[in-house]
Amino acid sequence: MTTTTNPPDFSGGPSPRGSILGNAVRRFEDPKILRGEAVYFDDLSPTGLAHLVFVRSTIAHARVTNIDTREAETMPGVVAVYTHENIGLKPNVSFAMLPDGFARPPLANGTVRFVGDMVAAVVAETRAQAVDAAEMVIVDYDPLPVVVDPEAALADGAPILFPDLATNVAIEFNFAEADPELMAEAEVVVSGRFVNQRVAPVPMEPNGIVVEFDKEKNLSLTVPTQAPFGVRDPVAKEFGLDPEKVRVRAPAVGGGFGAKSGCYVEYLVAISAARQLARPIKWTETRSENMLSMYHGRGQIQYVDMGLKRDGTITAVKVHVICEAGAYPSVGAFLPFLTRTMAQGVYEIPKVEFTSVSAATNTTPTAAYRGAGRPEATAFLERIIDMAADELEIDPVEIRRRNFIAPEKFPLTTVTGANYDVGDFNKALTEACRISGYEELRADQRSRRERGDTVELGIGVSTYVEITAGGQFQEFGAVKIQSDGTVEARVGTSSHGQGHATAFAMIVAELLGVAMEDVRVVQSDTALVPRGSGTSGSRSLQIGGSAIYNASVEVLEKAKVLAAHLLEANPDDIVLHDNARVGVSGVPASALSWADLAAAAHDPTRRPAEWTDDEGLMSELDFNQGDATYPFGAHVAVVEVDTETGRVNLLRHIAVDDCGRVLNPLLVSGQQHGGVGQGAAQALYEGVSYDSDGNPLTGNLMDYAIPSAAEFPSFEVSNTETPTPLNPLGAKGIGESGTIGSTPAIQNAVVDALSAMGISHIDMPLLSLRVWQTIQDTRAK
Amino acid sequence: MKISISVNGDKQTHDVEPRTLLVQFLREQANLTGTKVGCDTSSCGACTVLVDGESAKSCTMFAAQADGSAVTTIEGLMTDGKFNRVQQSFQDEHGLQCGFCTAGMVMAAVSLLEEIPNPTESDVRIGLEGNLCRCTGYHNIVKAVMAAARVK
Amino acid sequence: MIPASFEYIRVDSTEQVIAGLAEYGDEAKILAGGMSLIPLMKLRLATPTVLLDAGRLDDLSYISDKGDYLALGALTRHRDLETSDLLAKECAVLRGVAAEVGDNQVRHRGTIGGSVAHGDPASDLPAVLVALEAEFVVEGPSGSRTLASANFFKGFLETELSETEMLTEIRVPKTGATNWSYHKFNRRAQDWAIVGALAFRAQDSSRVALVNMGSVPIRATAVEQALASGASHAEAADQAAVGTEAPEDSNASSAYREHLSRVLVKRALDEALV
Repeated sequence: MTTTTNPPDFSGGPSPRGSILGNAVRRFEDPKILRGEAVYFDDLSPTGLAHLVFVRSTIAHARVTNIDTREAETMPGVVAVYTHENIGLKPNVSFAMLPDGFARPPLANGTVRFVGDMVAAVVAETRAQAVDAAEMVIVDYDPLPVVVDPEAALADGAPILFPDLATNVAIEFNFAEADPELMAEAEVVVSGRFVNQRVAPVPMEPNGIVVEFDKEKNLSLTVPTQAPFGVRDPVAKEFGLDPEKVRVRAPAVGGGFGAKSGCYVEYLVAISAARQLARPIKWTETRSENMLSMYHGRGQIQYVDMGLKRDGTITAVKVHVICEAGAYPSVGAFLPFLTRTMAQGVYEIPKVEFTSVSAATNTTPTAAYRGAGRPEATAFLERIIDMAADELEIDPVEIRRRNFIAPEKFPLTTVTGANYDVGDFNKALTEACRISGYEELRADQRSRRERGDTVELGIGVSTYVEITAGGQFQEFGAVKIQSDGTVEARVGTSSHGQGHATAFAMIVAELLGVAMEDVRVVQSDTALVPRGSGTSGSRSLQIGGSAIYNASVEVLEKAKVLAAHLLEANPDDIVLHDNARVGVSGVPASALSWADLAAAAHDPTRRPAEWTDDEGLMSELDFNQGDATYPFGAHVAVVEVDTETGRVNLLRHIAVDDCGRVLNPLLVSGQQHGGVGQGAAQALYEGVSYDSDGNPLTGNLMDYAIPSAAEFPSFEVSNTETPTPLNPLGAKGIGESGTIGSTPAIQNAVVDALSAMGISHIDMPLLSLRVWQTIQDTRAK
Repeated sequence: MKISISVNGDKQTHDVEPRTLLVQFLREQANLTGTKVGCDTSSCGACTVLVDGESAKSCTMFAAQADGSAVTTIEGLMTDGKFNRVQQSFQDEHGLQCGFCTAGMVMAAVSLLEEIPNPTESDVRIGLEGNLCRCTGYHNIVKAVMAAARVK
Repeated sequence: MIPASFEYIRVDSTEQVIAGLAEYGDEAKILAGGMSLIPLMKLRLATPTVLLDAGRLDDLSYISDKGDYLALGALTRHRDLETSDLLAKECAVLRGVAAEVGDNQVRHRGTIGGSVAHGDPASDLPAVLVALEAEFVVEGPSGSRTLASANFFKGFLETELSETEMLTEIRVPKTGATNWSYHKFNRRAQDWAIVGALAFRAQDSSRVALVNMGSVPIRATAVEQALASGASHAEAADQAAVGTEAPEDSNASSAYREHLSRVLVKRALDEALV
């Protein structure tokens, strides 16, 4: 849908360089939200709406021997009850690289494979009626053996989720023969087993869909998605429709964090029901349902060996990852590939050996979550290098410095095939140390230990580099001058909380001289934007923003040609004046307004003869960056650990993130804060867990501990700016960096606090029970 | 059953089922969809409104309990077309991103500042313990509430 | 998110509540603030067919000085407790612990009577009331009776209240306690206590109570006795887990809870008994 404008306040003001870019421009999106007028999908109630509620499996693995819908069908208000028999949907393949045998019947076809798998769907006139009727659907289960742990799923004799495949292995990555000489250069080998635990994305808005039909009876979907075309195309394919006849809109979307990508099978069920009933349908997930049905993230067990010289120089790294793919392997099964890509991190590592296997288990499927494979890489590297520092008695900061890839080495291709564009890792670390007062913190730590304080101070460092805009290098952008002189900018990315309308308006305003409030950014609607990959992987500003940038440049060039023609001047003499008019240099009085130019562009008698079409003053293009960019940074976390109770208190978190050139520091720091918050949450509070029967133990927000403001300090975020040469903005992504840098810094800080006791590792989340138990176990040794 | 609630100064009288939650009354009967539902365990606070001037989670009240009460939602905070100080400071300090927690967060903050006019940062953090946000790390939310407190 | 259907009856007097309970028996539930009941109903873990909404019994919302004790109406909200001048003067510990209940939104609606009647060993107020040796006034079809808090809590979510009775008043003896300390150890601020430890000095004795260390709120008598016999805080706190039956869940093992009870009681004693 469209997002427009009317900023109440541009208190950022003109910047020293006379440019809008680089200023903390307040968001255009906010006033509507703050008035309660922004429309999210669940706010829509079209005429004739029916409500859909799912009946989900309460058993992790079972044959479904009978589904009795008779009583439900007679309940008040019930319109229809669907099962696999009458929903009319094929088994769904959500990720093409995996065997088709893992395809998921949207409604269970004889077998359920996790708690939350869908068995039936009830459609009723009201949501309450649908909920009441769903309770009356009687499902008979014949339980099958359950496997929750991915290592157990790979063991001989493990329960097999898909007997036809005869294995739970979804995908393996194995790039080369094992090198027997891998650690030959090493004087020391440090080893660890790290669990990067499964977490739930929990956007504050749960999932759902509103299915409607337009006047021509074509599908019109309103979906809280990060990528409308990523919903449209699978829907068109499933129902055999022309994609152009399926409209998908993302309205205001209440967060996504990776998990609102792709076409959930729930959407297909709702659409099929709506088509069969020929009436609009809404499905709105409850939070408890969301904790079962929305993809989870992370979920890796990592076996890591690092070889080093005694002076701390890394000689090799060996990693084996076991990834939890969940019951119906999807994108999550593939993510170890990205972990592998980033397995060299910020360091010179001559040899990296990486293998992984992704296993199906009787749990919620996994997929991308803020960072998606890269946080897991940074996590094991930063953990193992701290263990090496401890072993070699080198300061954690120093050992990193000894191994950093030097700035003059860029661009470079790593041993795992990543094309690092530009970086200065020590600059970020030095800055983070300066801001944190690293040496003073160490002194405080020492003095606490000397006086026997039971509350230890821990200082954790992490340095990272990550991939942004990976895999999706191209994006659509268009800029058009409207007849009133305002500008419409269309883009194929899809904001869901990031503030793209503000950022992209800044770019247009900068290049065309118009006021930001006169730029209307159009996104997130497949009827208004011809194509687009949406927003994920921290790609939107660098790819979508660059598309808007280039389109604006083209429009200005066209405007200069047109102005030269109208003013009978040489195009080389035409400039954009400070008064936002285009005309001859030094002669602002005769220059033409954007409205004048737009009118002339549509007038065959006024525009140049060779302008035969009537498209007006516009540019429509695709920007292709050709490769990913690699933001980097350094984080320092300061924690207190109460050794009597195991409680961890995050005192400070310092993040220095380099995302290239900063367009709007307000938006960038907001992404940093949020990323740090989510990364800290993984380190300290969150983890999805199941009992051995596959029953979720964290199935709602009472049990799954999203932290509140009361659990966090204010964060100290800043930037170094190392522009990328890959796009005209010099920008890299910032959406995921905070998450990637923060988690290992905090985990390292907790371990650092307890290092004097001989503790070298504790898995996350670092809840008090686990920390206390580790202290007890260590003392008992 | 028929109930009557003064919502943002408008008397809203509707026939509801007893089990209708206040948030459903607001969103579905009064058509005020600014108030959001983010969970089903009274944990997230997205549905926070003012009931007779005090913050309450509208998912944890039956509409019938509010019969005869005055309820203020995010839609009712502006005066003469101008933002309440908390709304304004959320805009100024970038206190929102996706906006889904925002209505509840703002209403909780309005109530908090009524009770603690000059809060410390810790007062604000603890005072907002019942409201969850997934985008901001709370940094700018806290900053916004502190800034609003300085506007007298 | 949507409770099962029920019949809603708004009651205007205690008598109507009693009459309603008599009529509907265990089908009916009294709705006070709803902070415990409504979340259970939304998840359909509680499905009463009749709700007796007592929320408008304003005559059950009071904090009054009765000479040697304070009388608190069952419908007095946590917010009223945490801001009460009378409690500040006469029972600061109750006021302070009330401020630790839930979050602001919960305290604006939740009531002391609801908290007591719900009988959750993880909630804050029952433990402080047990330590204060409070009495609970209960109305039923055959009149009123007064129950000692020590005997009121029978098991997890189980109290002496019968299906036909309503808690109407909480009587808190004046103890003269001014110094108190409550350590609520939880995962997040908004969560229930994993363990809570309360200590304060009454005129005659030191009082210690524990939250979430068994199926009922617990008076740490072993600690109190140790203190009475002259033990140090550390020695007394070592007795904190004696006689408890600490539950086990994903946040804490029983052993961890027992350990926490000792650490937290020690801290509470050090702060409260100066």
